[in-house]
Amino acid sequence: MPVTRGFTGRRRPSDPAREGRLPPGQYDTGTDFPSLTAEATPRVDVDSWSLGIDGLVEAPQSWSWDEIHALPPSSYAGDIHCVTTWSKFDTTFTGVSVDTLLDAARPLPEGAFVMAHTASGYTTNLPIEDLRGGRAWVVWDFDGKPLTVDHGGPVRLLVPHLYFWKSAKWVTRLEVMAHDRPGFWEQNGYHDRGDPWLEQRYQGDP
Amino acid sequence: MIPRVGPWTTATIAEIEREDRLVRLRLDVDGRTAHLPGQHYVVRLRAPDDYTAQRSYSVASDPTDPLVELMVEWMPDGEVSGHLHDVAEVGDVLEVRGPIGGWFTWTGDEPAIAIGGGTGVVPLVSMMRHAIRLGVPDRLRVVAVGKTLEELPYADELVAAGAFVATTRENLGSRVAATPYPEEVRHLVEGVERAFVCGSVGFSSYAQRLLGEVGVRADTVRVEQFSAWGPSDQQQRPTG
Repeated sequence: MPVTRGFTGRRRPSDPAREGRLPPGQYDTGTDFPSLTAEATPRVDVDSWSLGIDGLVEAPQSWSWDEIHALPPSSYAGDIHCVTTWSKFDTTFTGVSVDTLLDAARPLPEGAFVMAHTASGYTTNLPIEDLRGGRAWVVWDFDGKPLTVDHGGPVRLLVPHLYFWKSAKWVTRLEVMAHDRPGFWEQNGYHDRGDPWLEQRYQGDP
Repeated sequence: MIPRVGPWTTATIAEIEREDRLVRLRLDVDGRTAHLPGQHYVVRLRAPDDYTAQRSYSVASDPTDPLVELMVEWMPDGEVSGHLHDVAEVGDVLEVRGPIGGWFTWTGDEPAIAIGGGTGVVPLVSMMRHAIRLGVPDRLRVVAVGKTLEELPYADELVAAGAFVATTRENLGSRVAATPYPEEVRHLVEGVERAFVCGSVGFSSYAQRLLGEVGVRADTVRVEQFSAWGPSDQQQRPTG
């Protein structure tokens, strides 16, 4: 691809601690935490909210707000990457590991994919492998404070090793499926997996 | 059918027009796929050492326009918008990818209202030009909101096409500066089956409330939000 005439780029001052942490095509958003949402923002009431796991599982589960808070807590400290090209370094989210939830529901061997559903009707699909191995959480705290509604509060999915549209805001249900099926953005041309290091932004990206 | 976004390609700047804070780019795109009104393109700039920066910009042109028109808002310290505003010239070659987006699109079939704030009017201009070319200008009712007429992209064209234009920092004729009131848009939503909202996060919440107040069902509303944050550019698309 051609060099853009006259463009040198305004790289940030290099921070050795962040060396190698920015995936291709991304930039550091600094202290900002942009929020973009396609649908009307729902108001999720923690008294009526619940998270279910169903589909191809041995033991379908449902946790209320209090029940999910009684599970062993788990935190993520690290970076997040949005397909709109911002990355944010050194975030901290707290909630519960998706491993804990899936262990309770016991997915059947043929359950290879998961559709995350939310209170707003948004959906996003993921390989179940990406929710395993301590790499995915259901979270309600961001940097030590309750997650605000524009960032998916009171509770969202967090899958930080994939582009952030996979981290469904206002999550209410994880449906375990045998076959992959496109979620909301995936039906609209975005990638089924969304690995930022491979720049899997759009359908058809390798 | 899932829209597949084609590979990166190149585009030559055929026309460029700068205003105070806006850059209107008209691009000749290699191997172009026709867009749908409402879609966007990604523009990528490449430095000699292969460092790249990319941003998304909505298309303003009608799909049958031989060129792809983008209206870029210059952001203070914007890495991409700054280059386009200060450096880019006719004949320069840019990397582009698009068209992208299958959600915030209007093909002209259903009666719709479209509300845009600031540069949020850009995809609406594509829809409006499309409606006019199809000979169904009344099928799309456009509400355009800017701080001043001067700062609103495509203000003259919007006014000439009969859009309802409201300014929030200056009076417009006898209309005192304010965002649109429910009574000003109520008649525009009669019979609409689809509503589009495009603008900043704050503007889109306001516009969604406004549509709700005049009886537009929330499930007919499609929102395209962008936000300008830190030293960056206008951004559009999926959830951050």
